[in-house]
Amino acid sequence: MSDVSYLDNGELPRIPVAEPADYIRLLKPRVMSLVVFTALAGLLLAPVPPHPLIAFVALLSIAIGAGASGALNMWYDADIDAKMERTSKRPIPAGRLDPESALAFGVVLSILSVFTLGFATNWLAAALLAFTIFFYVAIYTMWLKRWTPLNIVIGGAAGALPPIVGFAAATGEINLASVVLFAIIFIWTPPHFWALAILKIEDYDRAGVPMLPNVAGLERTRLEILLYTLVLAPLGLAPWLLGFASPVYGVVAMAGGLMIVNIAARMFSARDAADIRRAAGRMFGFSILYLFGLFLVLVIERALHLLELI
Amino acid sequence: MSANMGDREGQTDGVMLTPEQQRGRRARNIAIGVGVALLVVLFYAITVVRLGGVVANRTL
Repeated sequence: MSDVSYLDNGELPRIPVAEPADYIRLLKPRVMSLVVFTALAGLLLAPVPPHPLIAFVALLSIAIGAGASGALNMWYDADIDAKMERTSKRPIPAGRLDPESALAFGVVLSILSVFTLGFATNWLAAALLAFTIFFYVAIYTMWLKRWTPLNIVIGGAAGALPPIVGFAAATGEINLASVVLFAIIFIWTPPHFWALAILKIEDYDRAGVPMLPNVAGLERTRLEILLYTLVLAPLGLAPWLLGFASPVYGVVAMAGGLMIVNIAARMFSARDAADIRRAAGRMFGFSILYLFGLFLVLVIERALHLLELI
Repeated sequence: MSANMGDREGQTDGVMLTPEQQRGRRARNIAIGVGVALLVVLFYAITVVRLGGVVANRTL
């Protein structure tokens, strides 16, 4: 008897050459690191922190859950990833990994991360993580991304949820402070991704993804970016105004807010294509720095507070 | 990517893996083994932490 199982079309099965590094690439490690960081900020908002091992497992589960979403995103979007320069070297379009393996990997990790979080912390946190994965994969990737230029506006909720999941993992509850952190990331997301979409406008055109610059034009996109930053800058001050961050955070948020509005305003008033691209590059880079800066100050402050050093 | 059948007489039919495929499979198997072992240790540690000292408070 032959050991060989033929496929329905009479061909031999494709045998992947993928190594563990290819699977790690599926997890989008850079996105994972930002998710861990924002979830840590949420976790540290808890009045009584969990046991260090439980906190570690909570962050690990949230990171793996985010990674699983990334793998499922790469499975579903392999066709458009192949058309875009930025994503064409990902494991599936590069031919190193078959889509079915990516799907299985994503599903297994999703289930594992949700149940590990539930087992280690509580089932509210696990349900929130499951919702985050569902929202990113089903609502954003499968539905909104190819359908509407508001894809990133609504889909941004998935990326904004980790602080709420982190706080829920530590306390079993949701509070105003974690919702404020959610709101900051939620409002930060569109200007950040629209700046990227301006820089990669040809890529998105080729892939047929309806990003705002492709659908509504650069003028409208720059106006929207400016309006969003005008909301983001005061919102960034909320942790200080609501009393769960210090005046040091307030100063950082104020300086960062003024900078990001200034960059958006310059971008809006730029006249030629080269200037707009340069400004979009500055907006993309500074937006990362801005969000990272706010959460870094928050994390340091909360850690010092828990250690009773401030 | 190529996968061909061993067709020499006296040999079992089967997919012959290229060295690259063999290397990939071996690395994946090791990674799964390490992953499962770490998961066992992690769940053991979580159980110990969650039970805490309460584990000693039972009738023998």
